[in-house]
Amino acid sequence: MPDHTKVLEVENLTLKFGGLTALDDVSFHIAEGEILGLIGPNGAGKTTCFNAITGVYRPTSGSIRFRGESLVGKKRFQITQAGIARTFQNIRLFPTMTALENVLVGADARHSTGIFSALFRLPKHRREEAEGHDRAMELLRFMGIQRHADELAANLSYGDQRRLEIARAMATNPKLICLDEPAAGFNPEEKRVLMDLIRKVRDQGYTVLLIEHDMRLVMGVTDRIVVLEFGKLIAEGSPAEIRDNPAVIAAYLGVEEEDAS
Amino acid sequence: MSNKTSKAGGFRARVTGLPKPVKFLGWIVLALLAYALPLLEPPFISTPGVDFGGVLFVVTMYGLVALGLNIVVGYAGLLDLGYVGFYAIGAYTVAILTSFHANWPLLLALPVGMLATLLGGIILGTPTLRVRGDYLAIVTLGFGEIIRLVAVNTEWLGTSKGISNIARPPSLELFEIPHLNWDTGVPLVDFNDSTTFIEFGVLDQIPYYWMGLTVVILVLIADKLIKDSRVGRAWEATREDEDAAELMGVPTFRFKLLAFATGAFVGGLAGGLYASRQSFINPQSFLLLFSILFLAAVVIGGQGNRWGVLVGAVLVAYLPQRFREFDDFRVLVFGLALVALAILRPEGLFPPRRTVRAKQLEQELDELEGAHDGHDGEAAARA
Repeated sequence: MPDHTKVLEVENLTLKFGGLTALDDVSFHIAEGEILGLIGPNGAGKTTCFNAITGVYRPTSGSIRFRGESLVGKKRFQITQAGIARTFQNIRLFPTMTALENVLVGADARHSTGIFSALFRLPKHRREEAEGHDRAMELLRFMGIQRHADELAANLSYGDQRRLEIARAMATNPKLICLDEPAAGFNPEEKRVLMDLIRKVRDQGYTVLLIEHDMRLVMGVTDRIVVLEFGKLIAEGSPAEIRDNPAVIAAYLGVEEEDAS
Repeated sequence: MSNKTSKAGGFRARVTGLPKPVKFLGWIVLALLAYALPLLEPPFISTPGVDFGGVLFVVTMYGLVALGLNIVVGYAGLLDLGYVGFYAIGAYTVAILTSFHANWPLLLALPVGMLATLLGGIILGTPTLRVRGDYLAIVTLGFGEIIRLVAVNTEWLGTSKGISNIARPPSLELFEIPHLNWDTGVPLVDFNDSTTFIEFGVLDQIPYYWMGLTVVILVLIADKLIKDSRVGRAWEATREDEDAAELMGVPTFRFKLLAFATGAFVGGLAGGLYASRQSFINPQSFLLLFSILFLAAVVIGGQGNRWGVLVGAVLVAYLPQRFREFDDFRVLVFGLALVALAILRPEGLFPPRRTVRAKQLEQELDELEGAHDGHDGEAAARA
């Protein structure tokens, strides 16, 4: 019986691109219902780690288990359907679709309407459309962008696009939601609002993995933090522990000549 | 510019604002007009020197092909340069089953032809849809040619001599409908010139047009039902950003294959109908040129918009027949028109409505941002 409080377990994860080792023997876990921060200087391997978890990259070695089940070798859409959703560091919405449709695509991860159900408007199609629509509008309201439901994603403001990405990820009804620098480009006030929002997301029963640069945001919202530097895990612990960890301080502020990133 | 767009928006708003029964009635009237077109033989529109019904039939075939190709190119964003290959598979299956190797009735052979094409789409798509963009274009280009060359070189498929005596649809002669005659300048009912409803004969091609139009309408409805569903959304998401779609739980490969197969299915249907009406096919009927023309219909009309691609099909198939006296210049005019289109309306004549909206906003933003650095001139030129 696997430990159910651990939603995601990453063990000895190593990822090499040719001669470059992007992740080197990284192990950590995410407990159910927590907000885990993944931080590190630029190029530390945070996004690479994300990509390995969501199936974009195949690990060179090591294992990733989600609720006791190995994710290695699974297709990306299967990982999403299994219950891991993500957002992107550079916004990647479907620009010619409306905000609502973007969220519906996420909701469709839980649906199975095929061409015949759609063509003959079978009950399954009707039920899933209605369900998806309700859920999508609920999420848009939750994110505070329901007014823009029928606007094209490309036409939303930068902040709303970031919020829409979170809504789209939540629509896939995940257990674990991975946010890749959701506050990038936000001003301090927007960041504060986002912090509240992330907490609310967690309170709805999602587990959150958060990549973030802004130390204040990370310290304020996370329960636990994992620190990467040059592909290696250098520290793990509560925000307070991380703040006082000399290795982390060195990584962020640099020691002597080591200002590499 | 803003004036023009607001007017168009007003018209659209007025049309979409109409109550449902009125709209439905409007569609019925439009459809009836379309059916009656070859009987009315309206001056200027009807084609002097060529059989009008025959031209209209070809137009419906192009329309059908454009609708099918639009699913592949417009919805799923897969550039298919060998669509004529599917058209050929449909046509040859019908030809073989109704004349060359068997004696099946058309209505039995046609579904088999469509299934064969569907299978062809899956067989071609399974290995090739893993490659993207330009590579897919090249592979499909080769596919179209391979199908033709196989037909040329295979005794069993009639080689370059082709196959004749392909079965016609079953006739059901009910009554005669007279045509209108405009010779005197006023429309007169001409009882000497009538079409039998519905006799699929050799001379009168109008019943074929009716059949073609019916099929186009059915495919149009199916297209709308499929597009407004999870399937349509998955296609669009895959086209917009394949990786993001995959990470949002869309099995993109499966949906690309579905688009490819659905498009092939419609192409096979068009090919089968075409073979039946021609009663004779040979490899010359499936040249690469047709793939290009089909694609031109989709691109000119506005890929992704089912009505747009229909208009594109009408333009590509009808105009050269209407202005036959300029036949020698046909390719030149066609080329010039395409160049002009690429400059003036790169999204096609009728891009999907949402693309229009997105473009408008982008332009407004551009104008707001660059109001001082010569954007006014550009905007005026565009208007």
